[in-house]
Amino acid sequence: MNSDTGVDLPTEYLQLQAMVRSFAQQVVAPVSAKHDEEHSFPYEVVAQMAEMGLFGIPFPEEYDGMGGDYFAHCLVLEELAKVDQSVAITLEAGVSLGAMPVFHFGSDEQKQQWLPRLARGEALGAFGLTEPGAGSDAGSTRTRARLIADDWVIDGSKQFITNSGTDITELITVTAVTAEIDGRKEITNFLVPRHTDGVTVEKAYNKVGWNASDTHPITFADVHIPEQNMLGERGRGFANFLRILDEGRIAIAALSVGAAQGCVDASVEYSKQRESFGQPISHYQGVSFKIARMEARAHTARLAYYRAAELMLAGRSFKKEAAVAKLVAGEAAMDNARDATQIFGGYGFMNEYVVARHYRDSKILEIGEGTTEVQLMLIARELGL
Amino acid sequence: MKIAVLVKEVPDTWGDRRLDPSTKRVDRSSDVVVDEVDEKAVEIALQLQAANAGSTVTVVTMGPKRALDSLRKGLAMGADSAIHLVDDGLAGSDAVQTSAALAAALAPRGFDLVIAGNESTDGRTAAVPAMLAERLGVAQLTALRTLHVSGSTVSGERVTDDGYVDVETSLPAVVSVNEQIAEARYPSFKGIMGAKKKPVEVLGLGDLGLAAGDTGAANSWSVVHDVTARPARTGGTIVTDDGTAATQLADYLAAAKLI
Repeated sequence: MNSDTGVDLPTEYLQLQAMVRSFAQQVVAPVSAKHDEEHSFPYEVVAQMAEMGLFGIPFPEEYDGMGGDYFAHCLVLEELAKVDQSVAITLEAGVSLGAMPVFHFGSDEQKQQWLPRLARGEALGAFGLTEPGAGSDAGSTRTRARLIADDWVIDGSKQFITNSGTDITELITVTAVTAEIDGRKEITNFLVPRHTDGVTVEKAYNKVGWNASDTHPITFADVHIPEQNMLGERGRGFANFLRILDEGRIAIAALSVGAAQGCVDASVEYSKQRESFGQPISHYQGVSFKIARMEARAHTARLAYYRAAELMLAGRSFKKEAAVAKLVAGEAAMDNARDATQIFGGYGFMNEYVVARHYRDSKILEIGEGTTEVQLMLIARELGL
Repeated sequence: MKIAVLVKEVPDTWGDRRLDPSTKRVDRSSDVVVDEVDEKAVEIALQLQAANAGSTVTVVTMGPKRALDSLRKGLAMGADSAIHLVDDGLAGSDAVQTSAALAAALAPRGFDLVIAGNESTDGRTAAVPAMLAERLGVAQLTALRTLHVSGSTVSGERVTDDGYVDVETSLPAVVSVNEQIAEARYPSFKGIMGAKKKPVEVLGLGDLGLAAGDTGAANSWSVVHDVTARPARTGGTIVTDDGTAATQLADYLAAAKLI
């Protein structure tokens, strides 16, 4: 198992990494194929992650968090994604999309109300941004919220919402249009308790991958929430969710690096054992060079997300670096998954093998949290193009 | 109740483990981990602590500087403090010397219960807990698969070749536990961060009141004359079914004490 990350990390991070690596191998991996095949949510795994405090890593202790930082959260995602992307995205979405908006933009009351249960992993939050006609192009948002008496009334629909339909989902944060000013939509964020009348979590998607991750469309029909459930300032919804997405790109990059590295690790092990024409296939450069290139992709993508996280934690601009990390890591994951399945030959086409799962799971890494094309657009924009 | 848990850094049990032919000692140059059974010993200690208000748990190791990582793991799991016996003069000590050094550290600090893994995955002498009990002049219960403390009585099931026996004694005592004792918890990140701030007492030969001639490879009571690699796996026994195969298999397993 390759454990050299290319950067010397402080001891606590290394210990966290080692602990999650062991958890991933001993607890997550043995049930991954089952949940993937059954499209079932791994409640027992999530409960144990909650006990370990993994949902609270970047939050302060006053909200029952672990007092760590976003980088530590990313390290955890990388380790989990090596063996199971569904489990990793469940944690990523729970923290980065479910709890982070409350932490960044919530009032003291909102934080007190929501964060402790989310940080303890007892409840999951979801983030409703994408709509049938609007993804990163948030100006096309159609879900709207009107202030009637003391209630916000929300109508519309969201799609591809991670963690929205689990038994422990308690919060759905949504973006909605609250006004139109000079033809420009004013967008505001709202905290919608999952079990509010009018909120319908629709049937789960039949996805290509991430089968054990919970993803649904949601519709909102005449959903009344109290006025104080507005999250952040009115009209700041657009800027606020961009911040969440920028951070989230680093986390998705970390998850992608885990996928890419998982493919390397599996390929190294397999190619040393598998023999053809009288010797291990690792002796053939056609195989070893392929794995060397896979390692190079994972390694460079890791350095890219480390750097983006470093800038973010230093309070510096990290938009371009986050986009670069997301771009190269997503592509590294998909490219490595393709190469790993080729090395595994027929076994690579069997669903229960981790590389086959990575092959199906990794495609979304070039799409979710901003497509590859959106990352290119962001990078070009940062270059003044 | 003051509980001490002995933990040992060992070569990673998932990696290739070997003896160094030049020193005839365990090759410790590869990745190292806390011995798994010791993590379980820490776990049962923490469970006893939770059940007995006012108890403390101290993790103790003898090993090179980097063995501090093994102590930190125990602290991250929840132990209160740690003792690290580290000195060039301790390197290569055998079980007899190790028990002397541990006793020198534990005796003046007065522990009620010392918990150890029954056997390390590297040296595998399974002798240190018993030797330590003798040196401390306290009772010993070894190879336990369960462990309970009630008042000043410590009890448990001691595993034997044929089953188990219920054993008990009075505190203070040294007990050793096997891998069935508990499932070790994963430390939380808060535990890992907090472990940095917990006290680690570092003791050298001088602090232990031991002389340079007492310990270490040069003064070891036991000498390894030769090491030989484990023979390659042979074909094994093949049972041909002539109607008695099931009986033959059962007899074989029973002879190996597997059933």
